[in-house]
Amino acid sequence: MAATTGQSVDLREPPSWRRSKNRIATILMVISFVLVIIPLGFVLFTVIAKGISIISWQFLTADIPPNVLPASIGGMGPAVVGTLEITALATVLAVPLGVLGAIYLNEYGGNRLLARLIGFFSDVMTGVPSIVMGLFIFTIWVLHFGYSGLAGALALGCLMLPIVIRSTYEMLRLVPDPLREASYALGASKARVTVTVVLPTALGGIVSGALLAIARAAGETAPLLFTILTVTTVNRNVFSGANTSLPSQIFANASSPYVGAQARGWGAALTLIALAFILMVAARLVTARFARNLQ
Amino acid sequence: MTTKADPAGPAGSARQLSERRPLGDITFQAVALAAGLLVLVILVLIAVSTSQQASSWFSSEGIKIFSSTWNPTNNQFGALPFIYGTAVTAIIALVIAVPVSVGVALLLTEVVPRRWARPIVYVIDLLAVVPSVVWGLWGILVFAPWIQHYYASVSSGVKGIPVLDSLFGGQTSGASFFTAGIILAFMITPIVTSLSREVIATVPAIDREGAYALGATRLEMINGAVWPHSQAGVVGAVLLGLGRAMGETIAVALVIGSSATITPHLFAPGYNMPAVIANEFGEATGLFRAALIGMGVLLFAFTIIINVIARVIVERSGRRQRGA
Repeated sequence: MAATTGQSVDLREPPSWRRSKNRIATILMVISFVLVIIPLGFVLFTVIAKGISIISWQFLTADIPPNVLPASIGGMGPAVVGTLEITALATVLAVPLGVLGAIYLNEYGGNRLLARLIGFFSDVMTGVPSIVMGLFIFTIWVLHFGYSGLAGALALGCLMLPIVIRSTYEMLRLVPDPLREASYALGASKARVTVTVVLPTALGGIVSGALLAIARAAGETAPLLFTILTVTTVNRNVFSGANTSLPSQIFANASSPYVGAQARGWGAALTLIALAFILMVAARLVTARFARNLQ
Repeated sequence: MTTKADPAGPAGSARQLSERRPLGDITFQAVALAAGLLVLVILVLIAVSTSQQASSWFSSEGIKIFSSTWNPTNNQFGALPFIYGTAVTAIIALVIAVPVSVGVALLLTEVVPRRWARPIVYVIDLLAVVPSVVWGLWGILVFAPWIQHYYASVSSGVKGIPVLDSLFGGQTSGASFFTAGIILAFMITPIVTSLSREVIATVPAIDREGAYALGATRLEMINGAVWPHSQAGVVGAVLLGLGRAMGETIAVALVIGSSATITPHLFAPGYNMPAVIANEFGEATGLFRAALIGMGVLLFAFTIIINVIARVIVERSGRRQRGA
């Protein structure tokens, strides 16, 4: 556009090479987003395409057959039951403790060294590899009490704890101080204020954070490998005996050469993703509801 | 976590009119404190109990735990091939994921209008919801067979070219260091993106507006105003991604090829620390099991160090920006 000499010059327009560089940078950013979309699309498409045909009531409830049998026989019932049992138990263990830990950090700890230390290491703990959590529970629990759903739940709980602490802490920080002060002015004790005023105010955010932590834990395999093993029939007792889960079964079937086993693997993958997706959507709904309530 | 400055924060500081605090109040505080301390207790217990179970490996092998020979049938347990594999796959993952993540983060904060940013964030979050084992299943049954052909043609294409030949030449396999690196890149992109976005979003609007007022294009504004502010924070985000990439287990265990070799060929099958623990722990007893648990101890130590550094960097950059 050097030919604009003689005409009126638009001062707002930078020279063309600067504009082109800017355009190239913008295009690169869009390309990077496309690069993220492509694998996600492929994975979701493949899992749905290969998994949808095998999903049936029988698949979700029947016992796990030997790998050589075709996809039409048996299902993933024990894995569905195991995943639900173990994740539920992990939630019961980790969410109350995580919420209490966050209450300490925000309501009692304040700026104290101990509180800052706990907050810092709880963030660091989110980075501990899940396989290390599995080894930890193996050495401290399984070696003494044997394999069980409870051991798996302990490992998943260790993974969830710092996530719940972090998300709850962020929500408690949002609770306006005048609410607390008004309650103190009425003579309420700190515990009472926390339980009856602070927690209900932040409840929506806490629930949605917990749901995301559950979604993350439900998909974990590594912590369960050495804590629950795998079984082929439903184990309703989460506190004793080996158990199984959807991720463990997908891992076992992924390296199997048999078509039937692989098909069951895809079916289990679709079930697992659907479960995680439902939890994620539920979290979004709770968040939306919560945001509306606050306004 | 960040420090709080509001006066009502640690509300224990507010002097109460009555001298005695109710017993319930004290109990509640003690229970909350105990829950908080649990984090520290668990971290210490992880270090102690796993080290204890691995002690026979550490004491019998000594410095040989870092040898390059891994041969369980001969009772030789050198961890070097796995440390090497962990480093290689994590580096490949970072090389792919970091530019993409920073690009998406900039796209979200600087380019698209806010009402478009929200659905894009949902999509990125969706990437984080896909479980590791599903990436592994897809990686080994769909992705590896597909990309294998490209590896083969690249490998024959670079034959004779000095550096490229040793990196991309030689025998190729669908399940390899490179496949594991790519899958890891998919998996760490969401966390690096969301952390970078948080950091970039804290750049003061006045800096942006100042750059635009001087006539800068968007790219110049990013280089001059956004980048200097968020550089340290993005480095912290990248380190957290590195920690994830090093510890990610199941997807890698399925696609890395399970071969304890140290080779510069990225298209060759390899192994890394989490994958060998996941794949071999079931059959391991005695010294073998101790060696695998010991590998877990090393992994724990590496990831803790990286996470501590990353958190310190992220926190510092956050504090500086609030001060600015």
